[in-house]
Amino acid sequence: MSELFTQLSYLAAATLFVFSLRWLNRPKTARQGVLAGVVGMVLAVVGTLVNPHIVNYSWIALALVAGTLVGVPLSRVALTAVPQRTAISHAFGGLAAGLVGTAKYQVWLGEGELTTFRTTAIVIEVILGFVTFTGSLMAAGKLQEVIPTRPITYRGQNAVNLALLGIAVLAGVWVVVDPSQWPFFALIVALSLAFGVLLIIPIGGADMPTVISLLNSYAGLSAVAMGFVLENQLLIIAGALDGSSGFILSVIMCRAMNRSFTNVLFGAFGQVKAQAAGGEAKPVKSATPQDAADYLLSAQRVVIVPGYGMAVAQAQHRVREIYDVLTKRGIDVKFAIHPVAGRMPGHMNVLLAEAEIPYDALLEMDEINPEMPQTDVCVVVGANDVVNPAARSDETSPIYGMPIIDADKARVVLANKRSMNPGFAGIDNALYSADNTLMVFGDAKAVLGDIAAALRAEGAGQAAA
Amino acid sequence: MSELNLSSMLFALMLATFVGFYVIQNVSRLLHTPLMSLTNAISAIAIVASIIVTGEQKTLFATVLGAVAVFASMTNIVSGFLITERMLKMFKEKEPRA
Repeated sequence: MSELFTQLSYLAAATLFVFSLRWLNRPKTARQGVLAGVVGMVLAVVGTLVNPHIVNYSWIALALVAGTLVGVPLSRVALTAVPQRTAISHAFGGLAAGLVGTAKYQVWLGEGELTTFRTTAIVIEVILGFVTFTGSLMAAGKLQEVIPTRPITYRGQNAVNLALLGIAVLAGVWVVVDPSQWPFFALIVALSLAFGVLLIIPIGGADMPTVISLLNSYAGLSAVAMGFVLENQLLIIAGALDGSSGFILSVIMCRAMNRSFTNVLFGAFGQVKAQAAGGEAKPVKSATPQDAADYLLSAQRVVIVPGYGMAVAQAQHRVREIYDVLTKRGIDVKFAIHPVAGRMPGHMNVLLAEAEIPYDALLEMDEINPEMPQTDVCVVVGANDVVNPAARSDETSPIYGMPIIDADKARVVLANKRSMNPGFAGIDNALYSADNTLMVFGDAKAVLGDIAAALRAEGAGQAAA
Repeated sequence: MSELNLSSMLFALMLATFVGFYVIQNVSRLLHTPLMSLTNAISAIAIVASIIVTGEQKTLFATVLGAVAVFASMTNIVSGFLITERMLKMFKEKEPRA
């Protein structure tokens, strides 16, 4: 009887999970999706707790309480820290898979129940789980800047990484052939943990959107492998949904950076070599916040291009002030969102939504580019590579071929930057020295605050006159 | 394990992957960050397996590892759903002009 209840609860949970993702296709139904997910999860957990094989609940209860105590504060982090939180949750997902695989190996080894199929599934689960665990922790460390965000590379890096993975797979084959060889199992665990670290070390911050998506996919696949180990369809289905989601996001990120998927799979990315400091620095024109305000007030169409710099400076609320003043005066303001702007897919949209900018003002790259030539002023806030025209024209540039937002086609470009140091990838940006570009130097939050103040003063002055 | 079981698991994997591809391609790019936190919470369904491994109490080793896995999954469930809800609440349409 309880077995039937368990199976029915799993069936209902799987259905609800599909609806949950289905409803996420539009902002209007998205919150319904969260509710469906929660109901599905509660059903699945209750359906599991009645399982007659469970003889003791005290450890489970303790872990559930501890998980809740850690989970609630993790859900309240600042939205700029969402990429780190996401990476940590990929790490936890991988950890759970790795631990359950290891536990089942030990239990079945003692009972003599390790069939070839079970051992194979466990080996895959453990490799995927532990690689995801340490890899995601490294990613989180880089995003939090606890670990240097610059790519750390050395000679023969890929050879070392592939050799490690190769040895882990060989050890896995050995364990499948002779499951009693537990030292080889321990070796798989150790190598997977090390491989996860080495995989992420060479990756730079600008590549994080791709890496996070890829780790998301791995976390899902490790849940699928766990489903095969425990012969549980619900785990397979939920893991496959997560895995395909991460895969699709990785593909979108790859396309947005003009990278091939194999390039990403082999971890050989983020190694854009800093260009030799060839050529003198080209002269740039600079402007004060007051000048910037004047340009904005005389415009009819304004496009704002946000980037990671806006998140770092926490400048999204200042952006909103500018948006408010301009829209009140009947000026059309839109936001151009590049798929890889920020540190994870959709990062900019969440930050701008937090600043209460309506989502219909947020446009994707493909939607906004045809409008750029009719744009009077384009404001670039903390974005760099995604607006670099070298991607279109300079075949020698490391980012050549990457689709960009055509900021340079606007009549006037106002680009905010802290200083003229090259961006993360160390690539010169031809946009800054273009004839129609004015640089507004300074911290994004301070500069945008000054522009907003100048806009308001101007408005008040005109009202008085 | 019977062969029937293996093939039914492979079918589940195949069909769920197709459903996943279809459904997720339709998710608005606006919501890719909430999408990731939601799928994260959903894949913490690993809690189901973790609970069984912990509760069976076959060995102390397995019980402890299982309990840590329950903890990790529960953390993902709680933080994943809560933060998704928190982010989605912020997405608003333009208010009609007064």
